[in-house]
Amino acid sequence: MDGGLFLIQLLNGIQLGVLLFLVAAGLTLVFGIMDFVNLAHGALYMVGAFFCAWLTLNYDSFLLALIISVPAVFIVGYALELLVIRHLYHRDHLDQVLATFGMILIFDTLAHLIWGPAGLTFTLPDAVNGHVSLFGLTDFPVYRLLIIAAGLLVALGLYLVIGRTRVGMLVRAGASNRVMVGALGVDVAKLFRYVFAAGAMLAGMAGMIIAPITEARIGMGNDILIIAFVVIIIGGIGSIRGAFIASLIVGLIDTMGRSFLDDLLKLIISNQAAETSAPAISAMLVYILMAAILYFRPQGLFPPKVR
Amino acid sequence: MKDSLRRLSLNGWVMLVSIVLLALAPTITTWMDDPFLLDLIMRMVILSIAAVSLNLILGYGGMISFGHAAYIGIGAYSVGIPAYYEIHSGLFQLGVTVVVCALFAFITGYICLRTKGVYFIMITLAFAQMIFFALVSIEEYGGDDGLVIYQRSTFEFGPDLGSDISLYYTCVVVLTLALLIVHKIVNSRFGLVIRGSAGNDARLMSLGIPTFRYRLVCYVIAGVICGVAGWLLGNFTNFISPEMMDWTRSGELIFMVVLGGAGSLFGPVLGAVAYLTIEEVLSGITIYWQLPFGILLVLVVLFGKGGLTGLIAKIGRGDK
Amino acid sequence: MLLEVMDLYKSFGGVVATNHVSLEVNAGEIHAVIGPNGAGKTTLVSQLAGELKPDGGSVQLNGRRITRLPSYRRAQLGMARSFQISSVVNNLSVIENVMLAVQARTGHSFRFIKDAMRCTDLVDSSHKSLQRVGLSDRAESPASDLSHGEHRQLEIAMATATNPKLLLLDEPMAGMGVEESGRMVEILNSIRGGPGILLIEHDMDAVFALADRISVLVNGAVIACDVPDNIRNNPEVKTAYLGDD
Ligand SMILES: Nc1ncnc2c1ncn2[C@@H]1O[C@H](COP(=O)(O)OP(=O)(O)OP(=O)(O)O)[C@@H](O)[C@H]1O
Ligand SMILES: [Mg+2]
Repeated sequence: MDGGLFLIQLLNGIQLGVLLFLVAAGLTLVFGIMDFVNLAHGALYMVGAFFCAWLTLNYDSFLLALIISVPAVFIVGYALELLVIRHLYHRDHLDQVLATFGMILIFDTLAHLIWGPAGLTFTLPDAVNGHVSLFGLTDFPVYRLLIIAAGLLVALGLYLVIGRTRVGMLVRAGASNRVMVGALGVDVAKLFRYVFAAGAMLAGMAGMIIAPITEARIGMGNDILIIAFVVIIIGGIGSIRGAFIASLIVGLIDTMGRSFLDDLLKLIISNQAAETSAPAISAMLVYILMAAILYFRPQGLFPPKVR
Repeated sequence: MKDSLRRLSLNGWVMLVSIVLLALAPTITTWMDDPFLLDLIMRMVILSIAAVSLNLILGYGGMISFGHAAYIGIGAYSVGIPAYYEIHSGLFQLGVTVVVCALFAFITGYICLRTKGVYFIMITLAFAQMIFFALVSIEEYGGDDGLVIYQRSTFEFGPDLGSDISLYYTCVVVLTLALLIVHKIVNSRFGLVIRGSAGNDARLMSLGIPTFRYRLVCYVIAGVICGVAGWLLGNFTNFISPEMMDWTRSGELIFMVVLGGAGSLFGPVLGAVAYLTIEEVLSGITIYWQLPFGILLVLVVLFGKGGLTGLIAKIGRGDK
Repeated sequence: MLLEVMDLYKSFGGVVATNHVSLEVNAGEIHAVIGPNGAGKTTLVSQLAGELKPDGGSVQLNGRRITRLPSYRRAQLGMARSFQISSVVNNLSVIENVMLAVQARTGHSFRFIKDAMRCTDLVDSSHKSLQRVGLSDRAESPASDLSHGEHRQLEIAMATATNPKLLLLDEPMAGMGVEESGRMVEILNSIRGGPGILLIEHDMDAVFALADRISVLVNGAVIACDVPDNIRNNPEVKTAYLGDD
């Protein structure tokens, strides 16, 4: 195993981790505070990607696209909460599952209708499209480093907001005891709406920053949603800290597994067996991790203190 | 007592009429010269089996599994993978289906069923997705693109599934068996525990009933029945792909159960028929059929008071 | 000795809900626990039934330590409880609720084929339990249709149907009218001498009519334990709980 490749995959893993964190952060708060199953969260990730790609293609400026898309997704999230989500908080989980499942169909088909079935691709501006050398070992795309930096910055910001401000205190209290927050005389409905919209915005941001690398594609939100589920299950529902740590763990394990598992397996089984089984096993790795953690800690790594 | 007798005889009537219709379907479609209609009906029957099995855990047992399509996939691949190696024995393939589905249900159920509510929904979803991604990543079996099955399951004694008509009747027989099994189970002592734990699990525990093991067994039974549906589906489509167990498929199964009436014996069958009819009609009109369908779904949940379940119950009771 | 509680301790954050409680219930005895609201009575029952973990102390049933056993194991060893806030299985019929209790005792729940309603043993002994509490005519109704008082009766029917050695009853008369309470006293009198009963109750008439012994719980601690007449005249209890009337 050579050091350069390892370093690249390490960074790729972290990059996937911060992306997952952006999606999982909003999800875990909505789950934790509202006990609400939101399958449509991934759709906002997709909406972010499409907004950003579409604007970039039209105005030829990735930066401008970002600046417009971020508030735009916030507004979409806000409107979604107002129109649909808030009516579902007091319904049973089955209703929530069905309604948000319906919303995925709506979002996916709308994207199809507006942007066509093929998805949108665009290239990065030259300024961030280069590579940098990492300790002389290997080259790494600048943009991916930027994603990591941006993700960590958002995580830090979120940590400060949740840990240090009054709003954050309410959110934390809400995640562990929502009745009490109401008793504090807070407009709970409004708090939830902003939390939901902010979560939507974070998911949208994740979609925006990944769009130049992958593309904006129908169904992209559904794939990441389920890994985000795994993240918040591992981290403990309602815990931002848990979501952060679990995101990194999942991102790293998934990436490293996909690139190095076959080499590892070759140490124990035959080359051919390793090469056929490694892809399947590495695809299952994070789920196996989830199962193992749940077996020992059914509430995840950082469960909310009281319920 | 009287009441339940009357309900039973109503069920009996529904059953009689459906059986006659199902038995005559191939004759009717041949007479109408519309082989595609038989295809649709066969798909309805197969998905009904899956929905009936989901209903056992979701409708009666209160376990909202969002990963039920995984068993369809396992069943279908139990046809496809052996067929790829030129093993066409139906008994062998069915055996694989049953064993793998039971194992998968047992292992994942052991972990899922210790959790509740939102956790349970997400974990079942995640496990199903695990199988999905695993199959996507195995190039040998076609990965994303899937595999064509060149020969259907064969039986030394029994139906020749190579003919669509006998495959169809096999599906109908399996559906009947599935309904019978679920009917027996939910009314048995075991079923009493399952239904009770859906209502008030803690109370059963305090009575001295360790509900976990009963729920686990129930979960395994449902998984196996659904696996058989998948086995039939693989034979029917002559093709397998991971798409068969995409999580949206699980969502559709839930929708069928709820649409038809969770926790009623024939509800899921009605739901499957209704869902496929809606899909058929809407998708004939527009390729964007999922848009009106999604809107319909959201609206019905929002404005049908108490959700779809409530709506159905209301209509069932005959009040406005 | 049927039930022996030794030095049980439980606190919620700062609130000490169970403060080094020791008490006993003998076979066939009705041992009442009284105390003001928030004294820790329900918390005590929950720990005995295995739904709450105590912070310290031990519980023995028939000489066997059960402190760490889960609730269903304790139930299997002969413990049954009723809940202060009725907890029945609302999506089942009344008789099915009781059948579950009987099934829990006889332990034959892995039966998949035979219609439970056709298991004569099961149905008969369930009917007997319903009869004992006077709910026979409601057997087929959904449990959710029962009135408050009937819910309490069903609770007792379920608890007794498991044929327990020890019954933990958490305010079986809560929210009942005079007539219903009277009926409940009759019911409890009719099973007296069978299982040992730990009876939590606010209704003093009922307590003094039924109890062989009374423990008084205040702020989580037992301040007195004696026969009813002595409790009635205990000055400490009077000031702490009974007031001066
Ligand atoms: N889960 C809990 N978390 C925190 N505090 C609790 C909890 N359960 C009970 N308490 C506290 O413990 C104390 C004892 O409560 P408990 O319900 O046992 O009282 P009780 O004697 O049954 O009262 P009542 O007569 O009203 O039924 C109370 O101060 C209550 O607030
Ligand atoms: Mg109490």
